[in-house]
Amino acid sequence: MLTDQDIAGKFGQFGGRFVPEALIGALDELERTHNEAMSDPVFLAELAHLNATYVGRPSILTDAKNFSKHCGGAQILLKREDLNHTGSHKINNVIGQALLTKRMGKKRVIAETGAGQHGVATATAAALMGFDCVVYMGEEDVRRQSLNVARMKLLGAQVVPVTSGSRTLKDAINEAMRDWVTNVADTHYLLGTVAGPHPFPTIVRDFHSVIGNEAREQVLALNGKLPDAVLACIGGGSNAIGIFNRFIGDAGVRLIGLEAGGDGIETGRHASTISGGTVGVLHGTRTYVLQDENGQTVESHSISAGLDYPGVGPEHAYLHDLGRAEYRSVTDAEAMEAFALLSKEEGIIPAIETAHALYGAMVLGKELGRDATILINLSGRGDKDVQTAAAWFGIEL
Amino acid sequence: MAGQSKLSELFIKCKLENRAALIGYLPAGFPNQSDSIKIIKAMIEGGVDAVEIGFPYSDPVMDGPVIQEAAEVARNNGITMAKTLDIVKEISATGVPTLLMTYWNPIEKYGPEKFAHDFSAEGMEGVITPDLPIEEAGVWLATAKENSIHSIFVVAPSTGDGRLKDVTSNCSGFIYAASSMGVTGTQTNVANTASTLVERVRKISDTPIAVGLGVSNRAQASEVAKFADGVIVGSAFVKAVLQNPSDPATAVRKVAEELSLGVRER
Repeated sequence: MLTDQDIAGKFGQFGGRFVPEALIGALDELERTHNEAMSDPVFLAELAHLNATYVGRPSILTDAKNFSKHCGGAQILLKREDLNHTGSHKINNVIGQALLTKRMGKKRVIAETGAGQHGVATATAAALMGFDCVVYMGEEDVRRQSLNVARMKLLGAQVVPVTSGSRTLKDAINEAMRDWVTNVADTHYLLGTVAGPHPFPTIVRDFHSVIGNEAREQVLALNGKLPDAVLACIGGGSNAIGIFNRFIGDAGVRLIGLEAGGDGIETGRHASTISGGTVGVLHGTRTYVLQDENGQTVESHSISAGLDYPGVGPEHAYLHDLGRAEYRSVTDAEAMEAFALLSKEEGIIPAIETAHALYGAMVLGKELGRDATILINLSGRGDKDVQTAAAWFGIEL
Repeated sequence: MAGQSKLSELFIKCKLENRAALIGYLPAGFPNQSDSIKIIKAMIEGGVDAVEIGFPYSDPVMDGPVIQEAAEVARNNGITMAKTLDIVKEISATGVPTLLMTYWNPIEKYGPEKFAHDFSAEGMEGVITPDLPIEEAGVWLATAKENSIHSIFVVAPSTGDGRLKDVTSNCSGFIYAASSMGVTGTQTNVANTASTLVERVRKISDTPIAVGLGVSNRAQASEVAKFADGVIVGSAFVKAVLQNPSDPATAVRKVAEELSLGVRER
């Protein structure tokens, strides 16, 4: 009999594969395809070519000198994933998985989306490569992110509003899993974060690690030394793993993930899974989960649709337990303060998700002082959030 | 344990009677605690041979809209593991083999050992775990064995030959063969893919095989009974409850009566 130790895809006690039997074959095929692809020079060349000529990589590094004064004078370096095609880091993973989809000979992709960024990126890649595309999106998020819904439709994707449960990202994932169980023979589930069953946390990390690979070189070229800390916002945790990955071996570099604190952890209305959750199984992986005493998932709350998720990638759970990464919580109000400051000081409107990391830098910069260098993954741009921000700040549209 | 449980005796008895066993599924606490017990008892009166009580979970990825709705109703009406334990006690007291179907996280949260101990003490004979692949089941298999609980896993049409051996050799009580690729309640031509899968399992295992997913009426039950040892029906019972709010017990009894004729028409 097999034991837990025989299984690939574990991060300490976290990760693994908790899925219906009908999906095991597809996950095995995906794992095999990914492993082969990552050691195939032809695949890697095609990925690099698309990154350079379609996504717009490498993304630049911006020294945010004006914003710095709100961060105790620390040097603030922004890794500009917002400048990627489609406006966020999500495209990195999508292009990689789309190439895997082609390699597996599948013609249909499905995806879940919260803020709509992953849905837009998936619809984009599907248009480019000629796949049929269905995006599942919670009804609540369809309302919050109507601009991205329109973008997906323009790109030729079908957007299915999900009306079950909390009508957000969690339920969109459930619905995508049900579609996949039913149509697995010709369909690839293009999962958008480092959560879910093995091999997704590994695949998504691999395709996003380009962020940290570039950023580490860029910071070294600029400063001649590594940053003191690397910050990123955490929902499922894909942009954070992407920028953390290359720095994990650099013991002197602090890695800090900023979770969505909603109204504050103490109110129970938040999405801070690591800071406020317990170990459990959700969406096929063992990780930290917001759950009650019966093992029922508790609904998360955040102003940011992309962070509004009651689970987190298993590798983050592992990095937390190891003490290699730190996880802090940022409330809606704090994130919106940082959102406004970056917009006014630097002329960069960030995604509300990203604003959580920016607020983290405002706190950390004051702790570390002006000699410190803080690298932030500016994971997405805020165009999609204009309505939410206008409502928050009382701007009439 | 095998051979001593009521579940194993049931499959022996059905073989002697040249028929398939009818296994009926309903969620615990649906539509509420007291009615749930009455309705499950009506299902037994109608001719169900074994009962599969589902624990309503917030993220049921293997379930279609009908069972999702039922789970939501039960959760809104306050179902808990403790209340599910009370239902198991009431139902197993009728003498019918009583099983639990639950996603893994509620067991993990309750504590697998405490769960096995508490529920087997109240007469639960087996657990179906639809999202616990055999690779993740090491601890559970040992715990179930220690507490004389049947561990029942699902095999799917997509399960490869090597894997089929691994999964079925760890099943006890029966093997749950998913009739098709899909979630519960989907309407498909059940018989073709199911009979192929059952044939493949027969070649490598002597454990009884029950077919589930998409069986909803007498004709389908009869078709499946021709090649399987058990027929599992869920969504049809849930639908009967949802569509007959004034007298769900009678509606469920009628569905069970029809199906129990089906499993005898081989």
